[in-house]
Amino acid sequence: MESTIIKSRKFNASFGANHVVKNVNIDVPRNNVIAVMGPSGCGKTTFLRCINRMHELIPGAVCNGTITINDEDIYTMHPIFVRLKIGMVFQRPNPFPNLSIYDNVIAGYKLNGIKLAKAEKDRIVETSLKRVALWEEVKDSLLKKGTFLSGGQQQRLCIARAVAMEPEVLLFDEPTSALDPISTATVEDLFHELKANYTLIIVTHNMQQAARVSDKTAFFYMGELVEYDQTKTIFTNPKDDRTQNYITGRFS
Amino acid sequence: MAVDNVRYRIGKSKGFRALTFVFAIACMVPLTAILFFIIRAGITRINWHFLVNIPRPVGEKGGGIANALVGSVIIIALASVIAIPIGILAGIYLSENRTGRLAYWCRLAVDILQGIPSIVIGIIAYFWLVKPLGGFSALSGSAALAIMMLPVIVRSTEETLKMLPPSLKEAAFALGMPFHRVVLKVILPVGISGILSGIMLSIARITGETAPLLFTAFGNPYLTADITAPMQSLPLLIFNYATSPYNDWHDLAWGASMILLLWVLFLNIFTKLISAKWKVQL
Repeated sequence: MESTIIKSRKFNASFGANHVVKNVNIDVPRNNVIAVMGPSGCGKTTFLRCINRMHELIPGAVCNGTITINDEDIYTMHPIFVRLKIGMVFQRPNPFPNLSIYDNVIAGYKLNGIKLAKAEKDRIVETSLKRVALWEEVKDSLLKKGTFLSGGQQQRLCIARAVAMEPEVLLFDEPTSALDPISTATVEDLFHELKANYTLIIVTHNMQQAARVSDKTAFFYMGELVEYDQTKTIFTNPKDDRTQNYITGRFS
Repeated sequence: MAVDNVRYRIGKSKGFRALTFVFAIACMVPLTAILFFIIRAGITRINWHFLVNIPRPVGEKGGGIANALVGSVIIIALASVIAIPIGILAGIYLSENRTGRLAYWCRLAVDILQGIPSIVIGIIAYFWLVKPLGGFSALSGSAALAIMMLPVIVRSTEETLKMLPPSLKEAAFALGMPFHRVVLKVILPVGISGILSGIMLSIARITGETAPLLFTAFGNPYLTADITAPMQSLPLLIFNYATSPYNDWHDLAWGASMILLLWVLFLNIFTKLISAKWKVQL
């Protein structure tokens, strides 16, 4: 039986008076890829950002209800521990422009002031870059700036940076929306590799992507979690009319 | 009739173009004239002897401006030590808190401070520092100049940091970094070129300030490094010697003016080089 890693109960989030996530209950099984889809403004990104407590960085942002990781409430943990356990990759690749490729991968250690032996650093950089299938492309230019890479490579570098911290969960906020189709395919292939070691939650606009990469899919609409089931079931036999309308393209 | 009208308008347009051209040239006249006069009057005075000697009494040939050079460097360095940390930290606060009451009042205070005439700042420093401390001192001069540097550093830091993409900060927070590390290890290193050029500009701004130093550092005909004692500085020396009745002292003032000019010129060029060299490509 699969064990649950992330669990949310009666979770609400808002910006001031704007209630964007309404009463969300969801169980995320370990080592799965979960796709979160829905039209723009449905609260999917906000919900994702609540899982590693990035939501609260925005002035006026509030949330209530519970989200747990391994049955521990993340809202009673210090946000720094939460973010070390739950890594995040953003919509646009955002490597640190002042750091080399090598330093970008170990940025989580380096910039947090965690001292590592050179051999240990080399090992982390190599394994992380291999996990995101970037090692062969950059192994000869590790000391060049991270921004020197192409968009798709930069995004994989950002995934490597998150992977290097050995989190349990990786959150992806529309990770391929700024990438070309070939880079998108590379990143999508990665998801299959990564789920052996991590639990992945991916917000996406793109239904085909959700269908291609995920084990389970959650459909958000107007801040509510409308339907959450095996991806196959969602796309072939949705129970809710709104899900049906969305996947058949009646609204987007 | 219509054609005449068009011709007239074309002529007017040409005239207007010519006018903008003429005044663009005119804008360069003052600087050229200043450079010309100061270099012509100052260049013959400047030699090694001029830089390493202190002024001689009236009637004696020679003498230099070593006391003013050293004094200026000390006073400006001290002012920078006071103003740079305060200015950068306040700038960080303002860029992190775009709204909010404290940010509003702080921004307003800094903007008004920038507009306060330097002589007023000098008087304040006189009443708050010189009088309580019991005498003129380089330290009180530095404090007055630090107040003048502050607005430039605060606002340039704030503006530089505001320009950085929010995704940069998010990337750092998502790696579990605490706020102080996000600022010290990510935000400041990436924005360093803008912050440094703000600092350079503020130094260039205070280098030539005379008014606040009149009541504070006061001036000193001898070489000293004691910051609790009166100290000479380049603008003070120029002011005192240029208004004196002696020709030797006038020469000294011309030489000092040229040094001051070179200093400011160098700072401006240096600033441009720094911001190009340390610029982080986003």
